[in-house]
Amino acid sequence: MLMRRNPQLNANGELIHLLSIEGLPRAVIHQILDTAGTFLSVNDREVKKVPLLRGKSVFNLFFENSTRTRTTFEIAAKRLSADVINLDIARSSTAKGESLLDTIANLSAMHADMFVVRHSESGAPYLIAQHCAPHVHVVNAGDGRHAHPTQGLLDMYTIRHFKKDFTNLTVAIVGDIVHSRVARSDIHALSILGVPEIRAVGPKTLVPGDLREMGVRVCHDMREGVRDADVIIMLRLQNERMSGAMLPSAGEFFKHYGLTEDKLALAKPDCIVMHPGPINRGVEIDSSVADGSHSVILPQVTFGIAVRMAVMSIIAGNEA
Amino acid sequence: MSTLHLDAEALYGDLRRGVRQLLQPDSRLVGIWSGGAWLAERLQADLQLQGQPGVLSSTLHRDDFGSRGLAAGTDATQLPFEIDGAHILLVDDVLYTGRTIRAAINELFDFGRPASVQLAVLVDRGGRELPIEAGYAAAKVSLPSAQKLSLARDDAGRFTFSVQETT
Repeated sequence: MLMRRNPQLNANGELIHLLSIEGLPRAVIHQILDTAGTFLSVNDREVKKVPLLRGKSVFNLFFENSTRTRTTFEIAAKRLSADVINLDIARSSTAKGESLLDTIANLSAMHADMFVVRHSESGAPYLIAQHCAPHVHVVNAGDGRHAHPTQGLLDMYTIRHFKKDFTNLTVAIVGDIVHSRVARSDIHALSILGVPEIRAVGPKTLVPGDLREMGVRVCHDMREGVRDADVIIMLRLQNERMSGAMLPSAGEFFKHYGLTEDKLALAKPDCIVMHPGPINRGVEIDSSVADGSHSVILPQVTFGIAVRMAVMSIIAGNEA
Repeated sequence: MSTLHLDAEALYGDLRRGVRQLLQPDSRLVGIWSGGAWLAERLQADLQLQGQPGVLSSTLHRDDFGSRGLAAGTDATQLPFEIDGAHILLVDDVLYTGRTIRAAINELFDFGRPASVQLAVLVDRGGRELPIEAGYAAAKVSLPSAQKLSLARDDAGRFTFSVQETT
């Protein structure tokens, strides 16, 4: 019988692209997290650079703006000694009418070895991975509402760092879940890693009911949603993705779903608070919580670089 | 199948004497992961040296990364002392092409500039592809390239050598 292979894996089951966490074997996720641990210590060296991607060209293709994610990919690639080319693609060729695949063909002719792709259309990185040369690797840096796998992986690294074991955790993901590719990637990763209770918390307009099919408990009451949680992942309210009146106002949202000290007190005493950034203080999270002792938002950023180094070095070392 | 018999425990006794000769008063032992790290750990105790030995992983500097890829990160470098100005004595189980030692020295220099670097090994099996030599080798043997020589450590901490045919 012909099996449709996961396009991210080669015939030996090794990672050659990172497009989505969905369908990744648990062992591959742990391999990425273990490797990230090695790279984290590179920051403590006098020479904060290793030569694994020396002579390779990494093209950052951001069809949708993101300073932060692009910068962390750039730092990660540079710490691996790659040459990094940032293309402000939203304002160049596509604006002149070039198709996505023509853009990719042109960049491949410039001897690219890896594309880091962010695109507002779900599935764009898949399309690129299917049409690029066999030696080229693709990393999805966020596509539409679909996936943001490196953010999902850095969230898993953060949880593993602070909680050690996934199999006894309650994780609450709070806020604008319907628009969030981070939430989707986190839910897939948490399920694969064996987290027994995953909760999606938010108003009915922002939390899709079909999440129940993914084994997620849907809560529309924030207090119920964070009660006894080990991990709270707050999401940014994505104003730029809101079409129509899904919410009465930001102030109303904060009143019901903003993470404040009194709501955090309902979670476990050693609960960690995460956020993919950028944070909207006073909209989804109170300043005192964002800066408080439970917050691990800044360690997430540091771990993010190590996780992206791990992903890029693992896929670059595997052949299609 | 190989008839080669290497008594790793007897060779370790020779290595201990050889390392004692090479050591300067302020030398630091650094074992190359994994076999060399076991040897350095035992030498540190047997020679009654102060502190912990260092461990070097060559993974991040290997020249065959493109074909071998990156294995899971179980072999992190740990150097619990200052490298700048230190006399470093590297320890490894088997010296073969010299490529691991080249990568390990690169890794070492990412942490600072040592005053000197020496190398002591349990077995030198020939087949060098780089101009790297050991200051002390407890045994010199010649093995066909199809055979892989590796050190193992049992639960009691005793060493044995195994020879495997590679395909």
